[in-house]
Amino acid sequence: MNPLPLVAVAGSPNAGKSALFNALTGARQKVGNYPGVTVERHSGRLMLADGRPVELVDLPGAYSLDPASPDEAVTRDVLLGQQKGERQPDALVIVVDASNLDNHLRFALQLIELGHPTIIALNMVDLAKRDGLELDPKALERELGVPVIETVAVRRRGIQDLHAALDDMLSAPFCGVHKAVKSDLIHLQRRAREIATAAVVSETPVRRWTHRLDAVLLHPVVGPIILAAIMFVMFQAVFAWSAAPMDWIGQGVARLSAVVATGLPAGLFRSLIVDGAIAGVGAVITFLPQILILFLFILLLEGTGYMVRAAFLMDRLMHGVGLSGRAFIPLLSSFACAVPGIMATRTIDDPKDRLTTILVAPLMTCSARLPVYTLIIAAFIPNSRVMWGVGLQGLVMFGLYVCGIAGALLAALVLRRGVLKGSGGGFMMELPKYQWPLPKDVAIGLLTRAQIFLKRAGTIILGTTIILWALASIPQAGPGQKQSEVSIAGHIATGIDKVVAPIGFNHDISLALLPAMAAREVAVSAIATVYSIDSPDQQGGATKLQDQLQHRWSLATALAFLAWFIFAPQCISTIAVTRRETNGWKWPLFMVSYLFLLAYIAAGATYWTAVALGL
Amino acid sequence: MNAPFHPDSTSLDLLAVGTKARVLSIDWASLEKTEASRLRHFGFDEGVIVEPAHLGPFGRDPMAIRVGRMTVAIRRKHAGAIHVQPIR
Repeated sequence: MNPLPLVAVAGSPNAGKSALFNALTGARQKVGNYPGVTVERHSGRLMLADGRPVELVDLPGAYSLDPASPDEAVTRDVLLGQQKGERQPDALVIVVDASNLDNHLRFALQLIELGHPTIIALNMVDLAKRDGLELDPKALERELGVPVIETVAVRRRGIQDLHAALDDMLSAPFCGVHKAVKSDLIHLQRRAREIATAAVVSETPVRRWTHRLDAVLLHPVVGPIILAAIMFVMFQAVFAWSAAPMDWIGQGVARLSAVVATGLPAGLFRSLIVDGAIAGVGAVITFLPQILILFLFILLLEGTGYMVRAAFLMDRLMHGVGLSGRAFIPLLSSFACAVPGIMATRTIDDPKDRLTTILVAPLMTCSARLPVYTLIIAAFIPNSRVMWGVGLQGLVMFGLYVCGIAGALLAALVLRRGVLKGSGGGFMMELPKYQWPLPKDVAIGLLTRAQIFLKRAGTIILGTTIILWALASIPQAGPGQKQSEVSIAGHIATGIDKVVAPIGFNHDISLALLPAMAAREVAVSAIATVYSIDSPDQQGGATKLQDQLQHRWSLATALAFLAWFIFAPQCISTIAVTRRETNGWKWPLFMVSYLFLLAYIAAGATYWTAVALGL
Repeated sequence: MNAPFHPDSTSLDLLAVGTKARVLSIDWASLEKTEASRLRHFGFDEGVIVEPAHLGPFGRDPMAIRVGRMTVAIRRKHAGAIHVQPIR
């Protein structure tokens, strides 16, 4: 079977390439990964007039074939036919920003030199007009020697023409030779400037919208205030808007497990399906609304061009601990959940900057810690007032967040002095024009994120929860025995006891730590389960659980438990996504080790300080 | 170095916001390879007109520089490698 003809969509960053790709392929897209690198491969299908399908691939944006980032290296390798897992493209669509021709034509000239059948999409002609720029596409066509089509991808204008031009090109037999001539960058840049000047019909100087907006949004005082306000709204939304859908999902999961439980005979298999698969995957899917809302904001901030401005405003502060401004949004996202946060580090060019960001992201207090924090604080911290308007419980909660941030900054600082030593990639970014993203493009982006998340929930997380279930259920307890003691997990907990006893943890906590590896909030339900087994006559409700804790744990132990959860990497999804994003087990293992070490030290220090103070 | 022939030449990091200047020379050797490529990609070259447009709120770092039709953000340290002649 012959593979479909492959058309590569290439262009410089901010040329509107992805919008054009979406316009050509619609929502029928596949997102994969290029083997060996963490660069996403977006592909889709296009039908020619005669019904022949063509595969379109959206290459990462690049400024030239001389790469300065892993993304650009993939683009170069695909175009030169050297990329593993990708065939040589049969034709190219080069997207250039009409209002930034002198820069974008450099890459276009370099690509035309490769000798593939090529079409230029002269994109964002509407924005060029807004900037007072009148262009002559015919002149451009003469100079470049390839067809030039005017498009406005976000308004879906010129797409028909582009489609027709692709049709013509792929229907004609191509017998060109791929050349490897390589003009140097300086020469290409000067030629690009000449052509751009020749293509300009008229230019009226206007005060550009982008400049006016930047005067406010990048203002040294107003800019950071607006950024803080946007972040505040984003967090409000992530928690407020997600409450209802999270409830629905929770109820749906509960109903499903009830239905399945009545349909299956009692026994090991039912337990596997209900307690293992449904409960485990259900617990993770509950976070889908939060992840989608967070990504909606990220996609909007990226699509409008504001994201780069946020990075610009924060770069100096982040630079102080060896990170770049680009790490700001991923770290901020990690307050909701480290998984989308780590996925968002893909926008960081420099590998060491990116790795540092990934390694400290789990220290941001994610929403899964809240059930644990809330339970322990409610049980052990008196609801008293420190001063007007400030309660002690709230203060402790705030302190836990601050400890997480301080830990992350400190960890970044140490990592950049140690294992990830190096000057870092600096901070060099283009500040693109502001524009409204098309709702459809945002929707496609959201859909892609949801698919990636659900796929992971369906595979890695399902697998791990089943393993954890097996450890907790096998062997089955006989009469008069406790399941939590007899099972493999019970024996492991006895082993954990020896390690965690010095930091004030009791056997209940040891039992909860293992299942909490799946997700932190599982610790709460695990402790509840242990107590309901120990005293079967009582119902393990939340208030009951608090009372039980107060009787069984000392304050020192409770505080040590809180300190532990600031640092402990107890989240299988985070470990899995780190493995995926770093392409191996080395860095996830490093992350888990250093975080457990920090957790142990923090819990120990807290416990012994508390004991010394007589708490 | 062209500096002696241009009495009021300076480096880009010392240029005030809103001051246009022509690039005299770029000290490529002081930059890392990827940093140098990135500056070239942005269109930094001898003879090009540049203008600082915005400064970061903390320590006036990074700097947003207009170059050609683009605005790019670079750190102050890197702007120091670019020698310019202010245009009056």
